[in-house]
Amino acid sequence: MEFFHKVPHIRFMAQRYLCYGLSVVVVVGSLAALFIHGLNLAVDFTGGVVIEAAYSDTADLDKTRSALQGAGFNDSQVQNFGSSKDVLVRLPPLASGEPATAVTQKIEAALKTVDAGVQLRRTEVVGPQVGRELVVKGVTAMGITVLLILIYIAFRFRWKFGVGAVLATLHDPFVVVGVFAITGMPFDLTVLAAVLAVLGYSINETVVVFDRVRELFPVMRKAAPIEVFDRAINETLSRTVITKVATLIVVVALYAFGGAALRGFGLALIVGILAVTYSSMYVASGIALDLGSTHRDLMPQERRTAVDDLP
Amino acid sequence: MNRYPLWKSILFAAVMLLALVLALPNLFGEAPALQLSRKDGERFAGDAAVQPFRELLARNDIHPDTAFVQDGRVLIRFADVPTQLKARDLIDSTSPGAYALATTFASRAPDWLRSIGLKPMSLGLDLRGGIYLVYQVDTDGAVKQTLQRLERDYRTALREKRIQYDSVEGTATGISVTLKDASRLDDARNALIAVDANVTLAASTEGGSAIIRASLSDAQMKQRQDFAIQQNITALGNRVNALGVSEASVQRQGANRIAVQLPGVQDASEVIRLLGKTATLEFRLVDQSSSAIEAQQTGHAPLGTKLYKDRAGRPVLLKRDVIVTGEQLTDATSTFQQGEPAVSVRLDARGGDEMLRTTQENVGKPMAVVFIERERQLRDQDGQKVAVDITHEDVISVATINGVFSNQFQITGLLAHEGQELAKLLRAGALAAPVYIVEQRLIGPSLGQDNIDKGVRALIIGSAALFVFMAIYYGAFGVVADFVLVCNVVLLTACLSLFGAALTLPGIAGIMLTVGMAVDANILIYERIREEMRNGNSPQAAIRAGFDKAFSAIADANVTTLIAGLVLFLFGTGPIKGFAVVLSLGIMTTLFTALMGSRAVIGLVWGGRAHLKRLPV
Repeated sequence: MEFFHKVPHIRFMAQRYLCYGLSVVVVVGSLAALFIHGLNLAVDFTGGVVIEAAYSDTADLDKTRSALQGAGFNDSQVQNFGSSKDVLVRLPPLASGEPATAVTQKIEAALKTVDAGVQLRRTEVVGPQVGRELVVKGVTAMGITVLLILIYIAFRFRWKFGVGAVLATLHDPFVVVGVFAITGMPFDLTVLAAVLAVLGYSINETVVVFDRVRELFPVMRKAAPIEVFDRAINETLSRTVITKVATLIVVVALYAFGGAALRGFGLALIVGILAVTYSSMYVASGIALDLGSTHRDLMPQERRTAVDDLP
Repeated sequence: MNRYPLWKSILFAAVMLLALVLALPNLFGEAPALQLSRKDGERFAGDAAVQPFRELLARNDIHPDTAFVQDGRVLIRFADVPTQLKARDLIDSTSPGAYALATTFASRAPDWLRSIGLKPMSLGLDLRGGIYLVYQVDTDGAVKQTLQRLERDYRTALREKRIQYDSVEGTATGISVTLKDASRLDDARNALIAVDANVTLAASTEGGSAIIRASLSDAQMKQRQDFAIQQNITALGNRVNALGVSEASVQRQGANRIAVQLPGVQDASEVIRLLGKTATLEFRLVDQSSSAIEAQQTGHAPLGTKLYKDRAGRPVLLKRDVIVTGEQLTDATSTFQQGEPAVSVRLDARGGDEMLRTTQENVGKPMAVVFIERERQLRDQDGQKVAVDITHEDVISVATINGVFSNQFQITGLLAHEGQELAKLLRAGALAAPVYIVEQRLIGPSLGQDNIDKGVRALIIGSAALFVFMAIYYGAFGVVADFVLVCNVVLLTACLSLFGAALTLPGIAGIMLTVGMAVDANILIYERIREEMRNGNSPQAAIRAGFDKAFSAIADANVTTLIAGLVLFLFGTGPIKGFAVVLSLGIMTTLFTALMGSRAVIGLVWGGRAHLKRLPV
């Protein structure tokens, strides 16, 4: 089977200014959503108490709330999790020195008054200082990743390509985070890992296009740089689409069948892969082009061939 | 002809064969098991150690599947949980208190795999259920303790030298001493240096009164903080070992945290209580005037003495008077003294004075160190919960006093491992830096099973759909890609098993992402081959050019993803780290299988056909 019998001739680079505009809108929109809605940060980051309980029958959330209030937990959040029998209880961080086990036991007792057969499947108590550090570490990790990638691309290609790749790469996590802000899906540690994986995936995609640009420049000596970029994108288009389908198949399976614990991870990667497809074609190449990449940037390095083959 | 070099094909086949064997133990699954460890800290050695348990169980008509020694512990595997519990109760009642018994899981892999040292991946807490605790060590508090001790020692030193002072006050990073009489500044300075020569002293005279400011150097602060953390890791490690939980781990996390993982354990409050014991030390003289064995037999220790046991259970009679306690111990390290293992001990000034006085009178006599652990238990008493403090006391060292010494001395005459063990215990018994729990996660066993089931289901569905897609889109070459993917997962599993990595839910996600991204390499190659064919190249030339030209894109793309994976590994903790390990390893296995494996298989099937007209790609 083959979708692309001929290499298409789409003039991608002609639309790049439109796409810059779109990217700016998307990034600004994501930031706005982030500031207005904020992320539904999981207990990993905020600190606090999370209890996942399995009721023997359909859980009565209102009764559960009032039972918790009766036990002295006034600012508890109660919601279904996964199924109608599973309930997630969330509490703000404990005062320092408050023994965690005593609190969880009190909650368990309160839930037992609603349903005697309730089972605690998971209890997590995280201090607020742990979460703060995670945020710092996450941002540092992202910064270092981007810097190292910039260095690598600049070394393998040229700095203009490095800048294009990094801007495209930075663009993608914004989209993912924006989607999480708008949908209110819980943002936990695994989602953070997924966002960082999107960074890697994004650069991966950009490199494939750049690699083709590097290959075409010496071949198309007379062509304008914009034509070279267009042809590189067109020639890799078939691979781009098929790879995305392949990866999406797996990631959608993760989202649909991986259970509540992996749903966020799946969503982050689905959104990430879509964003990556767009940014690797338009943003990365467009910026490398606009920074004035020419033949001279990417001429093949002189090879030192052995001379004794000569007749 | 387009054959891949034979040696490369053979290398690939050999690596895959090895990987298959390494990954094999994962196929057998697990069965309930009992883990026994000796409470006296000794290890079980040799398979002969298993025999008594086999016989005991056989006499009571319990038939385990297998029993063997692993890491100094006995593991007995059973067919089902009821048998496991029956056996546990039997062993516990036959020899109460002799063994720490833990219910756990053991691999069903056949004995020959285990005997060559192959193990399946262990399951992480999120898949097995269990308790995860993170302790924060209050390193500032530890520094404060040191300053308080120094302050006390300074007062004592000045009093002894009859130097009058207005105040000795602790500041944030040091101590400020204000003297009454400025003329005695030098005397005071010398007295303070004698207490601890490593502390930096700065003297000044302000408005007629002389002030000496003592401050800890950065190195000293760091040394104290590291000591506090090491001390707590040792103490927690000892207690976790005593719990007898299999695959438990105690690790330093970041600058001042300690993460404790206890797979399979469910009773959080019980565990936290056991881990929250406090430890201290007492240095006492050994009483040589009466017989310890006699005291043990009669149950009466002579007046002024107290009966103890050493770690092997032998009785030791010690004098009632305590020379020095753990609070006065500032450091203990295992070293070598003239080639012999030794433990070098440092005390604070007050402890040093006591030690000097004692050793002056008792050269040639033995001195013992008692390790004391206290735990608070809640007991039912007349229907009321009452807190009871339980104390465990063990003599951990008896050594002869060879000379007069004060705040620095060495314990010698030890075996190498004894030296390290003793130093650890001494540190654990020193004044404890405060710790508190900052993170506590408890995952129930049903949720763990749920996570495995769903993760594996997603993996199977996703992979199956991907395999079908590749086979439809690329035909026979797609099947090759599928085969290479299977090789990739087998190799990845083999690596994870070899490194003893624990499989977690993010790890499963990492495997899936690897599968989803690994096909990219094959797709790059296949699209290249198609392109070359379209450009009018012969099939053989197209295969060659396809692999060659796709190489740089594959390499660059994977190296950049690897960078992201490694940074994740360096900065991540817990689930992120697990994901990063799988992602990074997955990229390496992908490069190997996609480049070498695909080439070998395609070369083998199509490479030899000179008159190939079309390629099934």
